[in-house]
This record gives sequence, C-alpha cells and structure tokens, in this order.
Amino acid sequence: MSYDVIIIGGGHAGCEAAAAAGRRGARVALVTMTRATVGAMSCNPAIGGVGKGHLVREVDALDGIIGRAGDAAAIHYRMLNRSKGKAVQGPRIQADRVAYRDAVQNALAAQDGLDIIEGQVESLLLSGGRVAGVTLLGGTRLESPSVVIATGTFLSARMFCGDAITEGGRVGEPAASILGQQLRALDLPVARLKTGTPPRLDGRTIDWSRLGVQPSDEDNWTLSPLGTRILPQLHCAITRTNRATHDVIRGALHQSPMFTGAIEASGPRYCPSIEDKVVRFGDRDGHQIFLEPEGRNDPLIYPNGISTSLPVDAQRAMLRTIDGLGRVVIAQPGYAVEYDYLDPRALDHGLESRALPGLFLAGQVNGTTGYEEAAAQGLVAGANAAAAALGSSQLRLYRDTSYIGVMIDDLVLQGVTEPYRMLTARAEHRLHLRADNAETRLSGIGIAHGLIGQDRGTHWSAREAVRLTAESVMTFGGDRSIAARVRRDSLDTPAVRALDPVLATLANDVLEELVEDARYAPYVERQRVEVATRRAATHVRIRSDLDYTGIAGLSAEMVQRLNAARPATLGEAERIPGITPAALSALLVHNRAGATR
Amino acid sequence: MSDTIFAVSSGNPPAAIAVMRISGPGADAALSVLTTRLPEPRYAALRQLRSGKEQLDSALVVRFPGPDSATGEDVVELHLHGGRATIAAVSAALANIPGLRPAEPGEFTRRAFENGCMDLSEAEGLSDLLAAETEHQRQSALAMASGGLSRIVEGVRAELLAASARVEAAIDFADEDDVSPWPERRTVLAAMAAQIETLLANPPAERLRDGVRIAIAGPPNAGKSTLINVLVSREAAIVSPIAGTTRDVIEVPVALQGLPIVFIDTAGLRDETDDSIEAIGIARAEAIVASSDLVIWLGEPEDAPNRAGVIAIRAKADLSGALDDQRLAVSAMTGAGIAVLVDTIVTRTKTLLPPPDAIALNARQRACLIDLSAEARAAATTDDLILSAEHLRLARLTLDRLTGRAGVEDMLDALFGTFCIGK
Repeated sequence: MSYDVIIIGGGHAGCEAAAAAGRRGARVALVTMTRATVGAMSCNPAIGGVGKGHLVREVDALDGIIGRAGDAAAIHYRMLNRSKGKAVQGPRIQADRVAYRDAVQNALAAQDGLDIIEGQVESLLLSGGRVAGVTLLGGTRLESPSVVIATGTFLSARMFCGDAITEGGRVGEPAASILGQQLRALDLPVARLKTGTPPRLDGRTIDWSRLGVQPSDEDNWTLSPLGTRILPQLHCAITRTNRATHDVIRGALHQSPMFTGAIEASGPRYCPSIEDKVVRFGDRDGHQIFLEPEGRNDPLIYPNGISTSLPVDAQRAMLRTIDGLGRVVIAQPGYAVEYDYLDPRALDHGLESRALPGLFLAGQVNGTTGYEEAAAQGLVAGANAAAAALGSSQLRLYRDTSYIGVMIDDLVLQGVTEPYRMLTARAEHRLHLRADNAETRLSGIGIAHGLIGQDRGTHWSAREAVRLTAESVMTFGGDRSIAARVRRDSLDTPAVRALDPVLATLANDVLEELVEDARYAPYVERQRVEVATRRAATHVRIRSDLDYTGIAGLSAEMVQRLNAARPATLGEAERIPGITPAALSALLVHNRAGATR
Repeated sequence: MSDTIFAVSSGNPPAAIAVMRISGPGADAALSVLTTRLPEPRYAALRQLRSGKEQLDSALVVRFPGPDSATGEDVVELHLHGGRATIAAVSAALANIPGLRPAEPGEFTRRAFENGCMDLSEAEGLSDLLAAETEHQRQSALAMASGGLSRIVEGVRAELLAASARVEAAIDFADEDDVSPWPERRTVLAAMAAQIETLLANPPAERLRDGVRIAIAGPPNAGKSTLINVLVSREAAIVSPIAGTTRDVIEVPVALQGLPIVFIDTAGLRDETDDSIEAIGIARAEAIVASSDLVIWLGEPEDAPNRAGVIAIRAKADLSGALDDQRLAVSAMTGAGIAVLVDTIVTRTKTLLPPPDAIALNARQRACLIDLSAEARAAATTDDLILSAEHLRLARLTLDRLTGRAGVEDMLDALFGTFCIGK
C-alpha cells in the first residue's frame, strides 16, 4: 500500500500531523499500536496554560484539532494571569478524558484521505538515502516519501515505581523498542530524558469539605473561536503538602529511583517531582496541589504538583498526611518514565531530518513535554511532510510571528537539556505574540499554505475584514487617534466603544484585541525595528560546507555544538548557547575568507 | 587553517631593539627556517638568524606556544637590532616563507579577541594602553585592559539576570505554582540603575585620552604666548612685543606631572581691529574660551569670561611690581609664581579626569550604560509586570552590546580599525 505521508504514533503530535497533512490534500496513514487510545491524554487532563495556551490558540488558528477538541471536552475553564496584561494571559481547561479522546477521533474520522492503521512499526524503509515508507510487525509494507515519527515516550521507554522497573511508555502499553533500536542504528543522535506523573486518586475518598474550591471561569470564553462550551462545568480544589508529608518523603528517598541512581536522565527543572521539591527547596513548609477531576462520570482525581516515583506504600503514606486526603485511596500509583529522544538539532526548521530526507520528527520524541508543544510540532511536521510528498510550499514559522516559531527555532538551534516546555519568557516578541491575536497573526499564513478548512476560512475572512476596518478607525489621526488616547488615558474597552459607531458594534474579542494592540503599540514598533536591524545584521549566510574544526578560536565544545545545529546564518549561530562574540567573529571571518577564495 | 602573520610590534625604527612578532600555526616552522635550534618555550635564547646562506641578524628569540600566548596562537618573538635595514631583511625573509604574510592593522589584537584571550572592553583598554602617552593614561588604560569594566559588567549582568528571572517567574508561574510576586522589584531595580549611574558619574575617558583643554586667554599683548612657552618649556608660540602677533589658535599637548593637558594659545581679545585675519582669530579665541575645560585669564578681573573654571593670574608681574591683588602674580621672565601656577593647574586638572584606578568610559561604553540605566529605571517604575520584563530584556540586549555580543561586524571593524600595525 502506498500513501503520501505516514504518521507513526496517535498522540497529540501524531493526530495534528495526520490532520494537517490531510488538510493539505495528502493521502495519510496514521499507524498506532492501539486504535482505541488515539488522541488519549496520557498525563494531566488539562490543556493550555501560560505559554502552552498560546500554542493551543496558534495551532487552532492554523485549523488544528486541539482547541476545538478541548472545548468539546472542557469541564473547567480558567484564564491564568487574568490580572496581568493579555500578552501573558494563558487560557487553560480541564478536559474530560473520554470526551477529549472522542473529539479527537471524530475530527480524524472527518478528515478526507486519512486511514488509521493498527499495528506496530518494525522499521523504516529506506531507498536512495531517503525514507521510502515503513514495515509493520507481521510484514505489512506501507510506502510513502514522507514519514513523521511522533512516538512520544514510547521509544525505548522504561517506567519506574520505587524499585519496580517495567518496559513501556504508558501503563499497560508496549514500548516502541524495535523502532528505537533502528533509529539508534541509523546514527541519529539519541539521548535520554525522564518525566513523571503523580498517583491518580479515587475522588470518592477525598474529604472535599475541608478544601478550598476553584470554580470554572464564568465569562464564556473558549479555546477556539469555533468552539463552544458543551459540558457542565466542575470545580477544582486546592490543598498543600506539609511538614509531615515532607518527613515521609525524606524517609523514603533511598527508595526513589531518581535518588538511588536508577534514573540518570534529566527531568524538567520547572516541573520537579515532589521528591525534588522537598530536597531542593527544603526550607519551604508546603507545596500547592491542585486536585483536578479527570472527567464527568469518573471518580479519578489528578493531584497536580506531586509527580513521584516513590514506592507505592510511601506514596500512600505521603498522601494521607495531606489535608483532605486523610483516607484517600490510590487508584493508580505515580511513576517516572525514562525515554529516548532524538536530538532536535539534527532537524531543520521544518522538523525534517537533515541526515535522512523525508523523515520528520514531532513531539516528545524531540525532547519537549506537553500536549500543546507536541500538537504544535505535529502540525508543522505534518504540513511539511505533505509539502515534501506533494511538492507544495514549506511551512516556516518564525520567532517574531509565533510561539510555534520560537519553539522550533529553540529546538533545532539550541537543542534541549531538559524536557522543553513553552514559557512566555522564551518569546522575545511576547508583547505582540498574544493568545488573543493568534488568528490575526497566523490564519492568513494557514490559508496561504492550504491548511485552513472551509468553516475556519469563512469565519476568519469575515472577522479579519471587520478587524481591519476597526483598526483603521482606531489608528487614524496620529497623536489624536483613539489608539493614542488608549495609551495616554488608559481607556478600557467600554470607553473605547463609546468613541466611534464602528467600534460600538464590534464583537468583544476583536475590540479587546485592538485595544491591547494600541496599548503596547510603541513597544511592538520598537521590537519591529529591532527585528529589522537584526535581520540585516544577521542574515549573513554561513556556507553549508564550512569546516568548523579548521577554525582557530572555536573550542572543541563550540565545534561540536555548531556541527550539531549547522546554523544557516550568523543570526542562527548567535542563538546557539555557548557561542561567544569572539567565536562569532571568527566564524564570520572564515566564512568570508572561504567565500572569496 | 588561519594564516601566520608577522609585524614589528615595537615602535618606529630606528631604535636599539625592534621586536618582530610572528603569530599563527606556522610560527615555529618560520623560526626553524631562520635558525636551526628552537629554544624551550618561554625561555629567551640568542640565535643567529639566516636566510639561506645570508646572515640576517643575531637576535634574542622567545617562543610562546598557544594557547598561553598574547594571541592564543603559537607566537614567536624576534628581538632584532632595530635598524631599518635589519628589519627590512628579516621581513623579506619571513614574507618568503609559504603561509606567512604581514599583519593587517590591529590583527594581533583581533586574533587575541577572537581566540577568547580578551573581551571587547579589554581590547578597547589595550587600544588605549598602546596609545597612552602619560602615566595617568597608562594606569587608567591598564585598569580597563585587565578587565576592570568587564568585572563590573559581569556583576551587573548577574543582577540583571536574577531580576529578569524573578519577573519572568512571576509572569509564567504565578497562577500555577506558589511563586510569590516580587514586592522588592522597584527597590532592587532602582538600586541597580543607581549603581550604573554611579559608574557614569566618572569623568569621561575622552578627556583622559585627548587631554584636558586649557585655554590661555586675555587681551592682546598680555603675555599669553610667553606664558605658554614657559609652561611647555619650548618655543611653541611666536612671541613679539607687537599686539596681535598670535592670530590663529595654537594647541600644545603636554604631560604636566603625568597629566595629559592641551594648552591652547589664543589671539588676544579686543573689541575692534582693522585686520580681518585677526578678527577671525578673535572669533576663534572666543569659541575656544567658551569650549575649553579650563581658562587661564591674563586680563583684568572684571573682563574675565563669565564661566566656571577660570584661573585668573596677573601676568608680567616683574613689570608691575607688588600690587594689592588677590590674583596669582606670575612672571614668565623671572619665573616667579610659575611653580604655584603649575600646581594650581595640576590640582584643577585632576578634578576633571577620572581617578587613575577608576574605570574611565569611552563614548560607546557611556552610551550603552546610559541606555542600560534608563531601561533599569523604566523596569523599576512601570506598574505593568510585562513591560517591566520587556525593559529588562532590552537592558540585557544593551549589556550584550556593551560587551560586543550584538552588531558583531560593525563593532569589530570600528574597533580594529583604530589599531596601528603590529600591536
């Protein structure tokens, strides 16, 4: 059988990749080990957050799945950072796991030209130095010029729970070890990371009356402008660890694989296990825990903030010291996963392997963490895998237009030393890259690349026409424009609405976007000038045949980093960590010398 | 591989000794072409230098294998006899060795910079050190070349990164974790700005490099040119009893007790003249009096220019005898009062120069630090945490500009263009 694009893996990266390639008109096969778990949320039943919510809105603006599926499954909405400016507000939802998975599977089923094939990929087919398809366990051959690997933690994964070690990616599912071995054999750079999950609790054994609740936001915002709130909204609750909890953890540290040395890979600094928190922040007398419901008809509770790989007995003892959890029953213990990732510096900005054309990688396999990061990469990889097969335009997103661009640029130039999570601090153009203007920034690009379906296209064209008219009303008149008055007099949206009949009738989301634009316009303009200047200064192309080893003044470590990332321009080289100004000038001199010879 | 470069690194010939420096991967090979046995690294040895059968010179030879050398590369120094012919012969012999070429201006320093042996402010300090003509300039340049500014910048960078991290944590994690907002933000950032402003309060480096400008001014025939000749101990200005002899501005740079000073002789100031050339000279003199750092005024006290920094003296004291006058009586003829005048000039000049051990900033560094303190102030005063973070980000960019991280090419060209060959 032959396809245009084969996607390996049915997680968040794989699903977005398959759907994006399908929207561009490719014939797509999505290969998954278990059809039933396509689109499953393997960890936290939440989507979005600060930075992550920006990614969700961007994927949605490119007509991806995650936003609408999230709305279809949401049982709790919370806009993080509500008290701060819109640029750092992060939309976040709790999802009903079952509803979310169903929504994703429905979206895939509705996509033309997309087959879901159950099976395990045994190996990649290669031909003439590029990818030619895959073979499945049992001998089936699937041919295609593009393959997207989106296997998450399933490559050579090992799970740790106390001193019990199992092979596997998610509880009850096999690890994709054979493919992992082949990738190792292909000499693609492979390293190891770890991640962890907390124990899942039986909500019926929690004393909710003792705990503070956090209700769902009342204003009717959604992840996607095309989404609606369908399900009834539930509360979350908040509790804390205490000294007694920490004593139990300290007493059991010698049984934690992270501290016994069984796990050597690095985990994320920003999402430490509770063991890490207690050891590294020993002076704190408590750590916050959000108790998040996993679904409407599901008693399972996800205690966000206490991922752990302690033995089950210690997990239980620890939990029962916590307010509201005195008699809690563990439905499934927490565990740590150690897994392979492929060094993303081996990829180009389209997420295609430089060493093996036609092979794309997306998601956790690239060293990222989170559904949102995975989904965003999946969309880009899928769009480009389709482009490679169909000869259509490559999708390239840049740091100054999107968080997706920031993430990909970070991954392919800097690589990862810990699981990569999107943070707004990573985006230097944060004032402009807001969750509330993702459509304005990206949907036009999506249309140009054939990624936008009819519903979205109709919605966007209408909104954009209104927005442009209203924008010209806001900015007309220089110092006396409404935009200038917004800045000078700190006008809010109701005040702005009263100033002009065009604005009076505007939809709230459009007006809020324009007011926020006006508020930060001088800063955004300054950044635009900065970008233009940097582009001019850093667009010097570095010859692809430049031999770094021959350049005096580069340390062995710099040579290794430059070889790993192969920057295309001086600007890219500058963003590689550890590349000093002196090294840059050496590069520049040699690059120039080589060009004139 | 990079070329191996060579140049005379000491002063203009002829001199007793000329130091020929060779830097690059072929340095040792070049030395073995000129002589038979290579000395131990970092030990001076006398060697006969030959080109083929012809003897070039008998020279002291030192090897500095990289990376522990001035440029980070293999370096060989030939301490030649400093005649022009000797230097020319050795240069010709070196140029004939494949892979060797004469150094471009500033190329040794550029290599040192590229090889990480010094950062930008250190390279700038070295540039000043090589140009230093007075003791005061030398000490200040040395402070810069040995990383004085870099150390302060490192301290500021560490504080800036810590502050950015606090603000970013409050933005990215406030609602998910128990990261506290940062109530001390304003105080900490204001203190950082104040620290940078203290650095900016130091007198600028240009005055140190170019000298403090002291105008000698007064009415025609007051003895200005005579005084300047005494102060600089040579006949710098034409002296005659005819009023209006000095028509143009004469600048005389001099080191007075180790301080860089430029004395400026000016045309005598009088209200009317029929001589159009003298009239131009008077206009120039008035401009100089207004723009110089100090003025030594030789006229009547009531006619003295209305500005700060005027040292009023009574010149030709030998002619007028003792008068009841607060002004310093000076006679260029007898030397009376000259020592006191010099002391006065030195004392006033010192207040205009950065102290020798302090960091003197050049215009580029000053501009960066002004931006830096402005960003830190803005980050401290804004109510909006996002804008505070934005100003801190701009402050980090400014700091990168100061140490040479941004605008690499322009910055390097400008910097290394100011070096003369071989340094």
